[in-house]
Amino acid sequence: MLPAFAYIRPTRLQDVVARLNQGDAQLHAGGTDLLGCLHDGVFTTDMVISLGALESDLNAIRQTEDGGLELGAMARVARIAEDATIRQRYPALAQAAASVASPQLRNQGTLGGNLCQKPRCWYYRGDFACLRKGGFKCFAVNGENQYHCILGGTDCFIVHPSDIAPALVALDAEIKTASPQGGRRIAASDLHMPPSEDPRRETRLKDGEVIVSIRLPGAMANRYSRYRKVRARQAWDFALAGCALNLDLDGDQVRDCRIALAGAAPVPWRAQAAEQALKGQTLTAATIRNTAQAAMADADPMSQNGYKVALFEGLIAEMLEQAAAT
Amino acid sequence: MTSRKTEHETPAGPDLSRRGFIKSWGAGAVAVTVGGGYQAQAAEAEEQPLAAEALSRVELDVNGRPHSVLAEPRWSLLHVLREELGLTGCKPGCERGECGACTVLLDDVPHYACQVLAVEAEGRRIETVEGLLDGETLSALQAQFVKEDGLQCGYCTPGQVMAAEGLLRRNPDPSPDEIRSAMSGNLCRCGAYAHIFNAVAAAAKVRKG
Ligand SMILES: Cc1cc2nc3c(=O)[nH]c(=O)nc-3n(C[C@H](O)[C@H](O)[C@H](O)COP(=O)(O)OP(=O)(O)OC[C@H]3O[C@@H](n4cnc5c(N)ncnc54)[C@H](O)[C@@H]3O)c2cc1C
Ligand code: FES
Ligand code: FES
Repeated sequence: MLPAFAYIRPTRLQDVVARLNQGDAQLHAGGTDLLGCLHDGVFTTDMVISLGALESDLNAIRQTEDGGLELGAMARVARIAEDATIRQRYPALAQAAASVASPQLRNQGTLGGNLCQKPRCWYYRGDFACLRKGGFKCFAVNGENQYHCILGGTDCFIVHPSDIAPALVALDAEIKTASPQGGRRIAASDLHMPPSEDPRRETRLKDGEVIVSIRLPGAMANRYSRYRKVRARQAWDFALAGCALNLDLDGDQVRDCRIALAGAAPVPWRAQAAEQALKGQTLTAATIRNTAQAAMADADPMSQNGYKVALFEGLIAEMLEQAAAT
Repeated sequence: MTSRKTEHETPAGPDLSRRGFIKSWGAGAVAVTVGGGYQAQAAEAEEQPLAAEALSRVELDVNGRPHSVLAEPRWSLLHVLREELGLTGCKPGCERGECGACTVLLDDVPHYACQVLAVEAEGRRIETVEGLLDGETLSALQAQFVKEDGLQCGYCTPGQVMAAEGLLRRNPDPSPDEIRSAMSGNLCRCGAYAHIFNAVAAAAKVRKG
């Protein structure tokens, strides 16, 4: 049985936003991460605020003026995976969504919830007062860290669990929010909070700020984009290594590119050095190798996760070889 | 099993009407503007929350029948189906969305009942394995699980059956890969997977006639 909480299902977004600003209220979209966190005692809440009554207002997938798409935050992950337009124009996003969790969880989990889910670190989810939960240290540093980060770790060494977030970063997506101040747009690459800035928050959303939709720019439509995920077993699991690739190809030449990694860092990780190594180059064995190595040049593995360096290099190289072969 | 209900019926009184109040609202009072702000079309009063640890009336449509139950906000659909409605086909396994034993259909689509709050299931068509029976007769899908030996201990079976039922409603003619993928959210600790896949494939054939 979950710890007790009050529950409200507002029919106006302004009431959601106002209530979210009070006490330790928690937002419920699909509920798949929220209920798990409450079940495992990661945090408690005095009030669950459901977006359920606003679902039909917040789950549209529509074309935008610039030839892109706007995806409602309450769109279910399964729908993102199956939508014909997304599959055609932004395949990396559809593939990332299809690789999330299990069929049942994709049917229930939402786009907004996937971006705002809590980390899966076993110390964070377990019975440890770790830094992220308000304690003083990250237990992974001297503990079991085979699934922890190899890039971007300071103080806390989680990996961000979302497969969808790196795809959105690689596609230059923008997050639209509503808040007590009225709302704003945030680049997908700025949504998540690195532990160097605040190890106790996963996103830069302010108190009371709700994701309303995600915009995919028309300029990124119909690029060569892919998402691939490596996990410890074939059926559902979180990424050991994931890569979202977005190439603007002119024959074999890479005019422009984005590479964003899952399972590498506490935030969806944009591999900028690798992008620099690839931009303007032709896809040859040598550039592919250089790009893969550049992505891992700053890697700083922990005691048990050194395997991830070779895994990411192989994953990135294989994906680029496939791109060259098409 | 239902003694809790009568115990709490009186103290929870005020919440009952609130529940009805929220329900009667319906959607449509919201307009999200493109700038990311929001506007309410009507200055109507805000809903009131359901209190923690108080019972509120929740209207559920289960296996084609309306059920009016008293539930706390924190109760999962799994809990209500088993403990309040006696539908024990819905099995608790991990209770954290990892095993699939609790799989039910909401509006024809497989969901983990342990990850759904009962209050969130209002207005949805809920189906459990009990709902697949025609009187005392097993459905074609259930019968194929028996025929193909799609189980050993049987604990995961109701969840497996509901995941397969959801698949076959959506895709009456699934390929072996589509079957494996659709069943991948259901674990079987006895490892009866090969037989389970056979049962689903056989049921698809039977259902097509
Ligand atoms: C067993 C299991 C395996 C999983 N495997 C994967 C995986 O492999 N890859 C992967 O990417 N994910 C995985 N997930 C995560 C899953 O995809 C998420 O649980 C789901 O997408 C969250 O969506 P939700 O709508 O259910 O979120 P909820 O549980 O409703 O919300 C999660 C969090 O996000 C916040 N939130 C929700 N919507 C908004 C919004 N619009 N604006 C602001 N904040 C919001 C909530 O406050 C809450 O803190 C897994 C989950 C489980 C339980
Ligand atoms: S009991 Fe619901 S998924 Fe395991
Ligand atoms: S038959 Fe025993 S768990 Fe599946």
